[in-house]
Amino acid sequence: MTDIDDGTETGPPAAMPTADDDGTAGWFAGLTDDTDPEVAAERVQTGSAAAPRDWPSIAVDEEVVDSRAAYYDRLHAVTTAATRSAVRERERADDQQLVHAVRAMDDCERLANELAERVATWAGSRFPSSSPGIAGARALANEDPTDELDRRVVSLAAQVSELAEERDALETTIEQTAPAVAPNLAAMAGATLAAQLIALAGGLESLAKKPAGTVQVLGAEDALFAHLAGRAPSPKHGVIYTHEFVRGTRPDDRGSAARALAGKLALAARVDHYSGVYRESLHDDLRERMATIRARAEEESNEDNETHGGGS
Amino acid sequence: MSELTLPAGVERRTFDGTSQLATRGPPVYGEPTDGEWRAWDPTRSKLGGMLELGVETGLTGGETVLYLGAAAGTTVSHVADFAGPTYAVEFAPRPARELVAAAEPRERLFPLLKDARRPATYAHVVESNVDVIIQDVATRGQATVANRNAAFLADDGRLILAIKARSEDVTADPETVYADVLAELETTYEVCETAPLDRFHADHLGVVATPR
Repeated sequence: MTDIDDGTETGPPAAMPTADDDGTAGWFAGLTDDTDPEVAAERVQTGSAAAPRDWPSIAVDEEVVDSRAAYYDRLHAVTTAATRSAVRERERADDQQLVHAVRAMDDCERLANELAERVATWAGSRFPSSSPGIAGARALANEDPTDELDRRVVSLAAQVSELAEERDALETTIEQTAPAVAPNLAAMAGATLAAQLIALAGGLESLAKKPAGTVQVLGAEDALFAHLAGRAPSPKHGVIYTHEFVRGTRPDDRGSAARALAGKLALAARVDHYSGVYRESLHDDLRERMATIRARAEEESNEDNETHGGGS
Repeated sequence: MSELTLPAGVERRTFDGTSQLATRGPPVYGEPTDGEWRAWDPTRSKLGGMLELGVETGLTGGETVLYLGAAAGTTVSHVADFAGPTYAVEFAPRPARELVAAAEPRERLFPLLKDARRPATYAHVVESNVDVIIQDVATRGQATVANRNAAFLADDGRLILAIKARSEDVTADPETVYADVLAELETTYEVCETAPLDRFHADHLGVVATPR
């Protein structure tokens, strides 16, 4: 029996300090009839082993249970309880946790940029080689301060660098959690944009209840209210602008692209909220629609080529 | 499509005037029932589709099963009706809620909220030497999932796999995707039979394999 390639490049570590430090014990190791069912359920949910073994026989040999039938009876009770409570926990917490994470990420990013500007302005007068932005602050954080004022500038730069790192760490967390909260939305929009949409709506449920037209302009509230007040044209897109389907489409077709994308994102949010199952057809539909929209630009440039005899 | 390929505990019965596969157990997803028998809809279940198409799955009934990608339990509930101890792994919490509901009245169906790409997270629960692994996961890297889980399978066990072409690459030709997945699978398994499931499931290939 070879050990399993457990593919642990993503996800939290599955370490379980209580029963299984060498990865050769089953979920039942050390349990007795009196053990709290919640402890056993926790073992099932968070434990791990390097390789499977003949657990039913081992449990009988170790006198945890007196027969295979009794083992399976107990396993059934424990796995249903463990899975039920894990499901409840993940369903309850996740979309709000994601909202917190994405808002924290945005805060970190905004603060880091703002402070980086302050650092650059200040440092310009003291460190002739300093450069602007977060990269500049990161370089400055490694400088050797010689007096009190330099110390303050360098210390501030170090704070900027740490904020930027925290922002990246939050993004990694979001990338790990978003697919579990909203598999379709995360696959369609990317983890960060999916989280931003959920945060702007205030939760997955409220996003699922929004019409596509609202999803299209989420994040463009200023422009939308300017438009409603008669002062501006209607916004074509809000935060979904960051999606490649919108940004990568030529400006003439961006309205269509944003509308198509928002329509599918709204559907994805509904599927995620009401069923939670990944639905491939949704993604296929969007890709087809985008191909059609982008084909317009190609057709027109082909026509141009024919008329003008080449050139782009 | 001969009756001979059906495992014990799966029968052909008549529901609403049409002959359908059926197993004995409590209903799960609003399927038609006839006494304790309930219809097994081949359009909602890849394994149901494979049995309906007469694929030689080697299932006889009563075996120990590891089911990867159990979703809401539609198929795995039928499997647990005719098989022995059945471990059902599902990653997404929402369908897993329904999986738990399907598992509750089935004493030998064990639901697990786990990621099939990370078998170490359930190797302390799922026993070694299972007779059959049934896999129906909708993620990229379906062959990788099967290969990683091969440690659970007995030497004379079987892998029954539905390859979903569109999960690997929507833009590629399904035949190309099947060839790639099968090639990766053959590093760990020997493929016994493949059958397109398009009659019931577009762009799916049924595969039966044994460990090398």
